[in-house]
Amino acid sequence: MAIIDKPLALPAGEPRRAARPLGVFTRPKEQTGISAWLTTVDHKKIGIMYGAAALFFLLIGGVAALLIRVQLATPNNTFLSGDAYNRMYTMHGTVMVFLVVMPIGAAFANFLMPLQVGARDVAFPRINAFSFWVFFFGGLMLNTSWFLGGGADGGWFNYAPNNGVAFSPSHGIDFWNAGLLVAGIGSLTGSINLITTVLNMRAPGMTLMKMPVFTWMTLVTQFLLLFAIPVITVAQLLLTFDRRFGANFFNVQQGADPLLWQHLFWVFGHPEVYLMILPAFGIVSEIIPTFARKPIFGYPFMVFSGIAIGFMGWGVWAHHMFVSGLGPLSVTAFSVATMFIAVPTGVKILNWMATLWGGKLILNTAMLFSIGLITQFTIGGLSGVSHALAPSDTQQTDTYYIVAHFHYVLFGGAFFGFVGGVYHWFPKAFGYILNDTFGKVQFWTMVVGFNLTFGPMHILGLQGMPRRMQTYDDAMGFNFWNLAATIGAFILGVGVLMLLANVAYSYSKWKAAGRPNPGPDPWDARTIEWSIPSPAPSHNFDVDPVVTSLDDFWHRKYQEDENGVVRRVHTGAEIAQPGNGEGVHLPAPSYWPIVLAFGIPIIGYGIIFSLWLCIPGALIVIGALFGWALEPADDLDAPGHDHGHDSPGHDGSGDHAEPELETV
Amino acid sequence: MTDVAIPVEHAPAEHHEGGGHASSLGLSNTKLAFWLFLGSECLLFGALISSYLLSVGNFVGQVVAGNPRVLATMPEEIMAEIAEKGSVNEFFDIPFTSASSFILLMSSLTMVLAHKAVSEGNYRGSKIWLSATALLGATFISGQVYEFTVFYREGLHFDGNLFGSAFYTLTGFHGAHVTIGILMLVALLIMSFKGKLQADRAETVEIVGLYWHFVDVVWVLIFTVVYLIP
Repeated sequence: MAIIDKPLALPAGEPRRAARPLGVFTRPKEQTGISAWLTTVDHKKIGIMYGAAALFFLLIGGVAALLIRVQLATPNNTFLSGDAYNRMYTMHGTVMVFLVVMPIGAAFANFLMPLQVGARDVAFPRINAFSFWVFFFGGLMLNTSWFLGGGADGGWFNYAPNNGVAFSPSHGIDFWNAGLLVAGIGSLTGSINLITTVLNMRAPGMTLMKMPVFTWMTLVTQFLLLFAIPVITVAQLLLTFDRRFGANFFNVQQGADPLLWQHLFWVFGHPEVYLMILPAFGIVSEIIPTFARKPIFGYPFMVFSGIAIGFMGWGVWAHHMFVSGLGPLSVTAFSVATMFIAVPTGVKILNWMATLWGGKLILNTAMLFSIGLITQFTIGGLSGVSHALAPSDTQQTDTYYIVAHFHYVLFGGAFFGFVGGVYHWFPKAFGYILNDTFGKVQFWTMVVGFNLTFGPMHILGLQGMPRRMQTYDDAMGFNFWNLAATIGAFILGVGVLMLLANVAYSYSKWKAAGRPNPGPDPWDARTIEWSIPSPAPSHNFDVDPVVTSLDDFWHRKYQEDENGVVRRVHTGAEIAQPGNGEGVHLPAPSYWPIVLAFGIPIIGYGIIFSLWLCIPGALIVIGALFGWALEPADDLDAPGHDHGHDSPGHDGSGDHAEPELETV
Repeated sequence: MTDVAIPVEHAPAEHHEGGGHASSLGLSNTKLAFWLFLGSECLLFGALISSYLLSVGNFVGQVVAGNPRVLATMPEEIMAEIAEKGSVNEFFDIPFTSASSFILLMSSLTMVLAHKAVSEGNYRGSKIWLSATALLGATFISGQVYEFTVFYREGLHFDGNLFGSAFYTLTGFHGAHVTIGILMLVALLIMSFKGKLQADRAETVEIVGLYWHFVDVVWVLIFTVVYLIP
């Protein structure tokens, strides 16, 4: 029990005695430094941590990718053994999908969505912190397999029966199961949290059809996660039972059907590809209207096409399995469904182009990356439609044509959108603007590197070069384009690293210039996250914003005059909230999320190595659950309050309405 | 902690995560989140039940076809019966499991009564009905433990064949869910004895009830699919 010697930050005159927690720890008090990050429940800090963790894993996945390209640069290369090569492409795919693209989506969802709906935080701040930590520990656990017997080697989709102990006796696939199961807990709790936030914590007046497109895409994405994660969980648990406890789910000698794995995996796996791309779709749907100086074209179509993708994404999984002998009826049905799902995607591309059409385009870095997404995703989408034709797919399956396709949609699409989003929202997160010229150089480096890497793979694939093969013979005619792709991969690697370089470069220039504040609204943007100071104060909004229209902030800045001409009546800085959080009560930080998240991977290690190890893991989990339950979600004594913010124009005693004293 | 007086209008429930703020849907955050969780659970059990049906279908097919590797995994007379009937249903003790299913379903009724008692501030009733629900659930779990023991002795092993793996996985997952439900009921009961389960906490009881009813409904499905349908 801590002795509280400072006055309680309570509304005046309110009698309240809070029960002190029975937990082992007293409430964390730090506002800055490492322990503030470890115990934070602030959705913005958690979003930033998701992004940082994703960058860390991106380096691992990127190094694996470059090693693959070095191995394939020349024919009959012996740089990597076959075994090492198997681990490289498996871990590259797994890390990039589960630990890079998904968490970057989560980073944007966590940071932005509560700001866009006008909320103080997410619905369950401590669960939000738990979601991040359990994802992060799961990802670390997966990557410790490099040192504890080698990475997984079954391909990122890990088909049965190749994933059994007989064909993969090392612990790699056990780590793959356990690490992703642990990380999946974070995805599940995160999705529940974010859906609840979108549905239940919108600002007054923000009806569903007045939500920004990014928030809509977050909602669809999190619903996909909510329903997809349990399916992969079952698949991975069954495989764990097979590998560790002698069950027979994928044991073909006992008559098991290996297609069970493929169905379970792709029932998860296809919604998974949409939940990787939809956040990027949402990001460019915010960037393009801002810099085309026009509202998004066909907002309802944007929203409903996103929902349609979400629904139809559940009915196309077997197009990954056209060559597995499903029978003509299934193949036809899934082939038709796959062609249909191109329609809502096409609607989105059309709407972005119609938004650009006739706009006063400001071609800054964020906008260039958005246009890069549209262009490269369209190329990937077109090769995707060619897979929908089952006879064509039969030729392309397991060739580099597929590799080219999904890198065009995932890297050229999703990742380009994410980088654009980083440039766009960076001032809102960190309070300074990334250098635009540097950004443009980065964009063109990445475009050249990306297309030089993956463009040739279309040709290689159509020439018949198979995926997942360690090497190729000199006489096969693959030499030239493979060397080109390897050169492109290194250019692309430099392009990605330039983002970090730009962060450092822009920071030093900003620091040298005396840390000028970019103002709440540096882009003359449209949505309400720009109506608060940059960087966003920890309490987000001083008062609940009242929303009257779509793009509410823009409509407050621009109004029609008597002649019907749209004119600016206010600048963003004039009407932005001053960032005065005095008296605002925020959820207090807590140790329990990280402690609980720490216990879970220990159970995972126990399942892999020795069940005895499960006991300490389970004790940590149970202890943390008790501590969590006994700790009031909202500690009235904690110093988690934002006592004002030194943003420009803030006089500390503004006449804004009484800040609300709600807990969220 | 029991000596801390908390006026009812400032009782902890108000300060729970998600409490307080007027919600957009008029539903509390906790309840909305719990419904979403149950939606996710549907897919979990959906995938488990599908895996069970596929695995047991393949198992029966192998037994009927006379695959010696599969036939070696259980006693001959059981395999002969499965091959003759073309189904594994004969293996089960339907009357016994029907009785334990009935007990589990009755626990849903006592759960409803417990919620009613708590929301009416009827402390005696809430203790009685929460205990009854937990006891009925525990009876069901005891029945499952007994059933597993009998089946194991008859030769149905988790690592024996597809049937064993699939049966123990599916029913075991359900049993684990019931056990977690019992733990939640016991926690509520402790709160009740400490006088902390007042009418303003009715929503907590309602949410535990939602989970409990969900687990019951899933059992109806599992009982039908695993035990009744040949």
